[in-house]
Amino acid sequence: MTMRETPSQTAGPYVHIGCLPEHAGLARFYDAQVGASPIATGAKGAEITITGTIIDGMGGLMRDAMIETWQADAAGLFPGEPGADPAVSGFARMACDADSGAFTLKTIKPGATGGGAPHISVWIVARGINIGLQTRIYFEDEVNGSDPLLSRIDPPQRAGTLIARNAGPGAYRFDIRLRGDGETVFLDL
Amino acid sequence: MTDTGDLPRGRLIPRDRAAHPVARDVDYKTSVGRSPDWPLLSMESTASEETGPRFGHSMIGPRDNNLIENYPGDGLAIGERIRVFGRVLDENARPVPHTLVEIWQANAGGRYRHVKDGYFAPLDPNFGGCGRTLTDAEGRYEFMTIRPGAYPWPNRGNDWRPMHIHFSLFGSGFGQRLISQMYFQGDPLIDLCPIAATVKDRSQLDRLVASLEMSAARPMDYLAYRFDIVLRGHRQTMFENKPEGM
Ligand SMILES: [Fe+2]
Repeated sequence: MTMRETPSQTAGPYVHIGCLPEHAGLARFYDAQVGASPIATGAKGAEITITGTIIDGMGGLMRDAMIETWQADAAGLFPGEPGADPAVSGFARMACDADSGAFTLKTIKPGATGGGAPHISVWIVARGINIGLQTRIYFEDEVNGSDPLLSRIDPPQRAGTLIARNAGPGAYRFDIRLRGDGETVFLDL
Repeated sequence: MTDTGDLPRGRLIPRDRAAHPVARDVDYKTSVGRSPDWPLLSMESTASEETGPRFGHSMIGPRDNNLIENYPGDGLAIGERIRVFGRVLDENARPVPHTLVEIWQANAGGRYRHVKDGYFAPLDPNFGGCGRTLTDAEGRYEFMTIRPGAYPWPNRGNDWRPMHIHFSLFGSGFGQRLISQMYFQGDPLIDLCPIAATVKDRSQLDRLVASLEMSAARPMDYLAYRFDIVLRGHRQTMFENKPEGM
């Protein structure tokens, strides 16, 4: 290693201007929005919708946060790997709703990857977050017992904060708590 | 999606948290309720962090990196015309090629074009405030824009943000994802800013200050500022090919 990483700074309240211009009120600013959907028509696998909110340390909804997700295809292959599903870009970018605070991810359920249980990587930025927070979404209806990351969580009951709950056919609920009771496990990978 | 070929893979170098801001700083009040109490769970990177999205040239419009001209309308943005340029490297000093760089900023009066910004400085009808580009094969990027104004914000009694441009960077793996801010050489507000001050290592904060580069400026047209960016790198070991989980 010869150079240090450039320091992070908060994305601030206006992150949407640069990353989700339409959410900031800049209609059709770019021809193609980055991360509009992690899947295209014909993506293999079970279609799922994950809904949630982000709650701060005072119990308030974080309506100004931006979330990005990255995942493998239904076979557990990441885009760019040989044999990966060409209809899965794997990347999504979404804003929390300015009123309800809810985020919604429509995707396909990823397959297990290299010894790990199926999961979706999550990155959260907002005003007040000085360096983006990493976490993961696992699924309560998958076999999670031997996942190397979940197994390392101490105390183990905090692992539940990374597991999306079934909320009807193809639907999951995943709430993120930034601080305090039920605080989500955040990662340094 | 474009296959960009020979990109480094393998384990990421663990993040040096001392290079970054502290998560919680009472002088940046919003950070208090928006920072975890528990320590982060540290682990070696996995394929989920070592791979990441790729963006192709086909999605980038010809004016996407020119903020002076890219807002729909006929006129040019108001303000001091500047070129912002630099390189994106990794910790091993390797260029990060073909990676997406996105920026956003206030206009010359310090006002953002955002539904939530109510500062009374006027909007510029010819300025949107966002741009994007891909680095070239050597990791170089550039934008044309105007120098953003400083602006006040609700924090302590009288806090002002120094002039700054927000930057968003990807690299080749999702674990390299970074958002930061570029400041301007000589701005006295940098030393007064509680957000800049969340970076406790002064030599690291200095790296966010772009330098005036007269050799890259164009006479009678624009000034130039250089801002080089370093993303996390991949651990370099010659013969490492362990199976997953070992
Ligand atoms: Fe800003």
